[in-house]
Amino acid sequence: MAQMTMIQAITDALRTELGNDPNVLVFGEDVGVNGGVFRATEGLQKEFGEDRVFDTPLAESGIGGLAVGLALQGFRPVPEIQFFGFVFEVFDSIAGQLARMRYRSGGRYTSPVTIRSPFGGGVHTPDMHADSLEGLMAQTPGVKVVIPSTPYDAKGLLISSIRDNDTVVFLEHMKLYRSFRQEVPEGEYTIPLGKADVKREGTDVTIVTYGAMVHESLKAAEELEKEGYSAEVIDLRTVSPLDMETIIASVEKTGRAIVVQEAQKQAGVAANVVAEINDRAILTLEAPVLRVAAPDTVFPFPQAETVWLPNYKDVIETAKKVLTF
Amino acid sequence: MASKTKTTPLDSVANLSKIEDQFETLQILNEEGEVVNEAAMPDISDEQLQELMKRMVYTRILDQRSISLNRQGRLGFYAPTAGQEASQLATQFALEKEDFILPGYRDVPQIIWHGLPLSQAFLWSRGHFEGMNIPEGVNVLHPQIIIGAQYVQTAGVALGMKKRGAKSVAITYTGDGGTSQGDFYEGINFAGAYKAPAIFVVQNNQFAISTPVEKQTAAKTLAQKAVAAGIPGVQVDGMDPLAVYAATRQARERAINGEGPTLIETLTYRYGPHTMAGDDPTRYRTADLDNEWEKKDPLVRFRKFLEKKGIWSEEQETEVIEKAKEDIKEAIKTADAAPKQKVTDLMSIMYEEEMPQNLKEQYEMYKAKESK
Repeated sequence: MAQMTMIQAITDALRTELGNDPNVLVFGEDVGVNGGVFRATEGLQKEFGEDRVFDTPLAESGIGGLAVGLALQGFRPVPEIQFFGFVFEVFDSIAGQLARMRYRSGGRYTSPVTIRSPFGGGVHTPDMHADSLEGLMAQTPGVKVVIPSTPYDAKGLLISSIRDNDTVVFLEHMKLYRSFRQEVPEGEYTIPLGKADVKREGTDVTIVTYGAMVHESLKAAEELEKEGYSAEVIDLRTVSPLDMETIIASVEKTGRAIVVQEAQKQAGVAANVVAEINDRAILTLEAPVLRVAAPDTVFPFPQAETVWLPNYKDVIETAKKVLTF
Repeated sequence: MASKTKTTPLDSVANLSKIEDQFETLQILNEEGEVVNEAAMPDISDEQLQELMKRMVYTRILDQRSISLNRQGRLGFYAPTAGQEASQLATQFALEKEDFILPGYRDVPQIIWHGLPLSQAFLWSRGHFEGMNIPEGVNVLHPQIIIGAQYVQTAGVALGMKKRGAKSVAITYTGDGGTSQGDFYEGINFAGAYKAPAIFVVQNNQFAISTPVEKQTAAKTLAQKAVAAGIPGVQVDGMDPLAVYAATRQARERAINGEGPTLIETLTYRYGPHTMAGDDPTRYRTADLDNEWEKKDPLVRFRKFLEKKGIWSEEQETEVIEKAKEDIKEAIKTADAAPKQKVTDLMSIMYEEEMPQNLKEQYEMYKAKESK
């Protein structure tokens, strides 16, 4: 097995599926010769040709429309939106078109499209590059939203997303692209969509999280361990639809839970998880379910970014509130 | 991308005028049904001419009946089509079965003539999602509601056809208002960049609901917007079925020969309101303007043309009208017999893959509700 960064694992997944299925098409701004601004598509045009891996004009709505139309012709489009902050330009294609294709056509047309896009804070990008906008997507029935936290997960989840016959928004946290390497198997393997993963087992408190916050939560769990608390860390992996079975099984065991997200606190995925836990397991709870999230402002310019982003200390603080309730 | 280097004083206004002046309106049949441009006459048989006339007459009746069915509460959403028959039907008539239509909300007649059963069009109007469950082999998409979205999608369908090596085209429709959308530019630009086999039709019926085309843009024609994308643009008399047919046929030939997309602006007029949901055209159009356009009526001039050729008679027209009325009656019966729409049906078709857990639970809830 090879040691890979997340970006390498993503390239490997794309290469695997381009090789497996002639209907898979990879396209977006600068994905061809340039291999993408993060090199996610490095070498793919050379390997599979310009017909399969191609650059688009610089217009996100056009990219979305291209995906809709190519899917109607039986292709399996994997477009890249260069940064997810640009999603507003392609929002109609995702929420207004792809998500509704099956219902509008009485089930006749499907849209097996996987929209890949980098997002996430901590890398000092210009404005509109780093926002966590998965909550907007998660409120769109018909679209699945997948966020990997490790190289291994990224490859397996991306292959599953491409093979899925529904539309998937696949969000890649920029800070995780090259932050660490992990053993990633050669060739194909899949990780089911809609299934969470217990990244660390524990008995005193459940930490539900996803994306870069998985690592902050794991770090927090280590610190908590030193103080005698055993924290279980659940990585959602798919933020829509939620895997409530895994979450509830854990909460029923620990009796305590917090939800950690990088996005702003208002609305969003964490709020949804809290509501679902309350709906399904309120009588097993020993304490209220609390959240760790960013404040309810727009994503800040880089000067204020470090303090704005939640980190493992915030996770420890909130976990302790729940543990000592 | 190379352009010539200028060696004379800058005159940006003259540059624009040079472009705009080249956009002339293609007309073949004048209002009297006389051929005024023999050179542009398309290759079309007498049988085809008769068929096109039949379709226009049929569709005019369909429009009248749909309006009255809507008023009786027997149809839902309806956007009237009278006045636009040449623009809608002669473009579709220039297609082949394998060509794919991405319609706007008013473009239901084209997809009916491309194979969508009338009863399904009625179901769609009533808000039943089986309405646009398009039968296999019928190459159309449901009418688009978001103005312009069909333009970017058309670039995708056309690019897909090119990748498949298919000898077919994707055709789409929007109105004069639609040309103000970003998606309009993105669609024609993408298709141009990929030399994709697409035909972009702008049915310029002079008003986007109430906003006149003069307030929509500074452009003298909408066809000239093609220049920015580097693709051919033509303006045709959209009340002249032969001009519309000729332009579409030529665009199709170019497209399947690998020469890329064309933008066609049809100058037309909708006699009725924007939709049947309360629009009152007297608030924004004068009776004089209505009269002026009604004199250009596509059915009137085409009838004169065919009668002069001796291939159309009152009996033939009556026959078509009766057939249309009969078909509409039958289609309404079929639509009436469709099972009632259920929330559980909607849930079942949201995903191709297995239903997510939350939806499964909600499915059970609604199944219980709906079985009461």
